[in-house]
Amino acid sequence: MIGLEHYLAVAAALFVIGIFGLFLNRKNVIILLMSIELMLLAVNINFVAFSSYLGDLVGQVFTLFVLTVAAAEAAIGLAILVCFFRNRGTIDVEDVNVMKG
Amino acid sequence: MIASDIQIVMPEILLAVYAMLALLGAVYTTKDGAASLLTWVTSGLFVLLALWIGVNGQGTQQAFDGMFVDDGFARFAKVTVLLSAAAVLLMSESYLKRRGLLRFEYPVLVALAVVGMMVMVSAGDLMALYMGLELQSLALYVVASLRRDSVKSTEAGLKYFVLGALSSGLLLYGASLTYGFAGTTLFSGIIDATANDPSLGLLFGLVFLIAGIAFKVSAAPFHMWTPDVYEGSPTPVTAFFATAPKVAAIALFARVVHDAFGGIVGDWQQIVAFLSVASMFLGAIAAIGQRDIKRLMAYSSIAHMGFALMGLAAGTAFGVQAMLIYMAIYVTMNVGTFAFILGMERDGVPVTNIDSLRQYSKRQPLSALAMLVLLFSLAGVPPMVGFFGKFYVLRAAYDGGLAWLAVAGVVASVIGAFYYLRVVYYMYFGQEGLGLDGKLNPVLWTFLMGSALIMVVGVVNLFGIEPLAAAAAATLVN
Repeated sequence: MIGLEHYLAVAAALFVIGIFGLFLNRKNVIILLMSIELMLLAVNINFVAFSSYLGDLVGQVFTLFVLTVAAAEAAIGLAILVCFFRNRGTIDVEDVNVMKG
Repeated sequence: MIASDIQIVMPEILLAVYAMLALLGAVYTTKDGAASLLTWVTSGLFVLLALWIGVNGQGTQQAFDGMFVDDGFARFAKVTVLLSAAAVLLMSESYLKRRGLLRFEYPVLVALAVVGMMVMVSAGDLMALYMGLELQSLALYVVASLRRDSVKSTEAGLKYFVLGALSSGLLLYGASLTYGFAGTTLFSGIIDATANDPSLGLLFGLVFLIAGIAFKVSAAPFHMWTPDVYEGSPTPVTAFFATAPKVAAIALFARVVHDAFGGIVGDWQQIVAFLSVASMFLGAIAAIGQRDIKRLMAYSSIAHMGFALMGLAAGTAFGVQAMLIYMAIYVTMNVGTFAFILGMERDGVPVTNIDSLRQYSKRQPLSALAMLVLLFSLAGVPPMVGFFGKFYVLRAAYDGGLAWLAVAGVVASVIGAFYYLRVVYYMYFGQEGLGLDGKLNPVLWTFLMGSALIMVVGVVNLFGIEPLAAAAAATLVN
């Protein structure tokens, strides 16, 4: 029987993978965007699992909002990335270093 | 039913509709030709809305079954946000125009960000909180990289975007845990769920929520984006980042911890106190090595957020009142300081290095004096108004049983005074070097003098802000 805990465990694992993807990745900014997406999707699993467990629709409504915002966020992220690439000629994470502090 | 709900969110709806119409109108007509006009109109609309909200609003009203709350606290924050955004828009017009940066998207994006902030401070539900926060953040990511052809500006936007998205993720994860363990996303339901012995899941949710919001207020240890974004963004955008979004984020912080988790003050108090101490010391110490005035202001804002959080950490109505007063004073000081920074240029090129201020007082005695007053006020030197802001939060922390926090605050404020006073030293006693040219333009001059004057005259009664803040705090904490 697959219960709430299993879903939460999967979501937590995905969320942690997303965070590690953000911090350990040294190669490419696109991977950062993918990691962010992974975190948001992990949260969605959480919401849907809780929603089904509680028998309450609010969690699924929240999920729809999160999906919409995640799409807008990815669009803006890619737009900024394109501008950055035009100026810098690279999207390596290590090259995002004009300012240091 | 729906009509009365819409009545309550009318200011937000008006501003959102205005932003969309302005966007459409500008795209279909003269594009950037209308940018100056749009900037003035947007800023005028902000002031009108602030007046409307400030004069018209009374009592506590809830719209959409409690998802949106219009109370004294929200109105105080909204008026502060609107007025500071209007001031920054007015100051940025000539700066952006002379550098060919004034695109019509700028006032529109600022208007959309302000809609997001107004929703944030009125949120009565995790969904409203999230949507408001994202509307604000998405608009801010774009204005940070307003200067599309500059590596610094786009890098600032990219860094802000990645770390902002991370913080949204943390906040959302907290929201999902809170929803799961409280069974509702409404703040009024969450506070009931925490009433008798909150579950571990709820506490985890609280911690993630606080971590997410701490990113937005740039409290240490979640501050790392701040200096880079402040330095890289065009200066008017930096001025905007340092004012309105900070007020909105810290008001949201207070809203969440008091409205949703007001039953377990002891649990979040220690986290907020830690954030406060860390921010105050980091802001004070890390700023010492900075030569760029925008980076300096970034660390200064981190330290100031630490002080505002000190009021929140007290966990009392007086603490929230102190926080609101502190934020109102902080915003006024920052508007004046950035008016000065916007005017720093040599041969028409903006300069941000503090070495260029050497002997500034010889050339512009009045501006230098105003800046001196503002810097003293930022450092919290009596008898400037900034001192009273610090005094309020210190007293709130002491009354709330956090005497150690108050002592730490005094120590941090003494350390922090060093770098403000160094700028003053350069202006008055520095060696002659390559200076700045010219006078400030009239708008900047007015804001600089007005803000400095408030810092001196406000000592009398703080312009009556104290009872207003007390009434606002009373609607949040009861």
